[in-house]
Amino acid sequence: MRKRLNEVDSGKLFLSGNEAIARGAWEHGVHFSSSYPGTPSTEIMETIGKEYPEIDAQWAPNEKVGMEVIAGASFGGARVLSTMKHVGLNVAADPFFTLSYIGATGGIVIVSADDPGVHSSQNEQDNRLMGRAAKVVILEPSDSQEAKDFTGIAYEISEMFDTPVLLRVTTRICHSKSIVQVGPRVNVPVKGYTKDIAKRVPIPANARKMHSRIVARLKALEEWGYDSPLNRIEMGDRSIGIITSGISYQYVKEVYPEASVLKLGLTNPLPWKLVKEFIDQVDGVMFVEEGEPYLEERIRSQFLVDGTGSEYMSVEGELNPELVRKGIKGGEKLPLTFEDFALPGRPPTLCAGCPHRGAFHTLSKMRASSTGDIGCYTLGLMPPYNALETVVCMGASIGVLAGIEKAVGRENMPKLVGAIGESTFVHSGITGLIDMVYNGNTGTVMIMDNSLTAMTGGQENPTTGKNLRGEPAPALDLEKLVLACGVKHVRVVDPHDLPEMKRAFQEEFDREELSVIITKRPCIMQYKPKRKTIAVHDPDKCVHCKMCVKLGCPAISWDEEKKIPIISEILCWPNCNLCVQVCPKDALSKDLEGVV
Amino acid sequence: MSKVKNIIICGTGGQGILMASEVLCSAAWRSGFDVKKSEVHGMAQRGGSVSSHVRFGEKVYSVLVEKGAADVVLSLEKMEGLRWASHLSPEGKLITCDLTIEPMTVNTGSAVYPDVESIIEENGVPNLMIPVMEIAKELGNLRVMNIILLGAAAKYLPEISEKNWFEAIEERVPPKALEVNLAAFRRGRAL
Repeated sequence: MRKRLNEVDSGKLFLSGNEAIARGAWEHGVHFSSSYPGTPSTEIMETIGKEYPEIDAQWAPNEKVGMEVIAGASFGGARVLSTMKHVGLNVAADPFFTLSYIGATGGIVIVSADDPGVHSSQNEQDNRLMGRAAKVVILEPSDSQEAKDFTGIAYEISEMFDTPVLLRVTTRICHSKSIVQVGPRVNVPVKGYTKDIAKRVPIPANARKMHSRIVARLKALEEWGYDSPLNRIEMGDRSIGIITSGISYQYVKEVYPEASVLKLGLTNPLPWKLVKEFIDQVDGVMFVEEGEPYLEERIRSQFLVDGTGSEYMSVEGELNPELVRKGIKGGEKLPLTFEDFALPGRPPTLCAGCPHRGAFHTLSKMRASSTGDIGCYTLGLMPPYNALETVVCMGASIGVLAGIEKAVGRENMPKLVGAIGESTFVHSGITGLIDMVYNGNTGTVMIMDNSLTAMTGGQENPTTGKNLRGEPAPALDLEKLVLACGVKHVRVVDPHDLPEMKRAFQEEFDREELSVIITKRPCIMQYKPKRKTIAVHDPDKCVHCKMCVKLGCPAISWDEEKKIPIISEILCWPNCNLCVQVCPKDALSKDLEGVV
Repeated sequence: MSKVKNIIICGTGGQGILMASEVLCSAAWRSGFDVKKSEVHGMAQRGGSVSSHVRFGEKVYSVLVEKGAADVVLSLEKMEGLRWASHLSPEGKLITCDLTIEPMTVNTGSAVYPDVESIIEENGVPNLMIPVMEIAKELGNLRVMNIILLGAAAKYLPEISEKNWFEAIEERVPPKALEVNLAAFRRGRAL
């Protein structure tokens, strides 16, 4: 019998912040959850899917739909959860802002997982500003234990004060693990649906009353926050008082354990009385927070106190112990044994065997490119492809393609396709395509269909044929959908069939009407090959042209001395023969028989 | 308060770094310590640099290892080990596999893979270079490289007993792969 640590030391688990939020939701009787994946939030839903069957959890096509479905479930009296990355909250902002007016029948917790440092995002917005703009309660845990505990408190606040609660976490909370004391699930009954038009229909007459209720709610919460367990003062050296929240608290304790600290877990509304008490006990104030100077600006303007932090610690990027030490200790740093060595970078690449490689390689060979979107295929911008040149947000590849044509005209249109993954297309590309049809665009959209939301680690989506729990689900027929939008020319191509891929691009670039190419091949995470096989290179046939290397496959490197490719037996993907196809002299071969 | 141990495990996506750090954390927790670890998921995992910070001691605050504070940097790829060497403390040691995985920048000719051994020697970086492919092939399993590396680290982490290491490995690997993983750990420790 294998010993799991959980059993060895019962009552405690070693959890990431994301796993802890999932656990907190489960312990506090959450009934329903609907979300779209997004780093660094994804594992919350994955954990619920794997570990907590009592929560009915599902992937939504996008964050807005997820938010709307949990709104309905809350109206029906269920405790609900929706999780998303910071930019996901932009997508869901419309229901989010009005849900604040409507309030919560069953408790509503929305997790915003922000990504300071932009590890895997397109910006580093600080969603405390979004939460404040929407006038919802904001909680900021500083480790996994608090991530779990605050999730529970969030449901209490939500139902007590009739408000959605924004649990704002960051990458280092989501993806760091620490030891968590856990408890059992408390079953909470679903209250059921009762008609309440004044509460749920924000026509102007009702909305004005709702806004008044919000103002009163925030006032009541501000007082509640004074002695809430979410906030605490840790008095030490009174020469400086540090006001902090979230992961920043841990860095402060690490580098300056003797400091006086006001640790805020409730950061909207701010508990002004407690803040004032703290400020009065210390000689000076400093703010240590990751992201925007949110606490700094609010507290300084409230009390007209001096004190900064953003001047010493940047509002750009992530905080870390070095930056915090330097910031609060006047430039101090640990003596370094070695400086950073100058080394080549190691940017992410498309995996060996990735379906997208065939499409980008072909575009690149044709000196064509794409307006891009958000997914693994954003990597089409990297050398050797250089075949993707714009990204704005989820779904924007299509609108941007349309707009360029509107600006320069069809005759001056560069050779661009709109490159969008199938999950992103379903998320928010469909409306862009309808716009192209409606407004007379002529370009080509390439839906890169690997039937999986891949970049976030491989989640199911409406095209996969499975739901979040891996059970069979109807698979969306993209071809029919595109036809129904009014696109007349749709074709499906295997992106690893290079001649066919090239023919498709050529014909669609020549066509004077709007068209869609669906490149269909499953993500390599989708299946396990039956047989391991690697490409074999014959040095006698090799003419040292490096065509294989120019595929940008991580499994192929170049031996400078012998002037031949080296195929990595670890990385070479069984069900792929792109290098065999590009070799002009048949120096590469591969037996694909019975691999899949 | 006892000193917190700082370990960085690094390499490239798909090498088993996250699994190795799980084993280390479990072994440290079993030894009665507070433990924290931090890593970044998402885009970086597509063949990019991957690192995991592990800290254990009586009480741990920061999830990140500060520059100049690492007791050990463990690397599954030699250039990645060098990348994190600036985090070593004066007494710290770089333990790295001699494996070379060329990044795309090198594959496509826009950068040159450095002579890692020379840089290490010229700068006097205290190190242990592990012929990991050789050992893994002898053991007949290429997937145990991360455990060989942990074995090599065990000598520098005396706070963790052999029993706790073994239980942590047992917890994380499939039963049929347990023997080869324990053998890998012993081989690493004997280096």
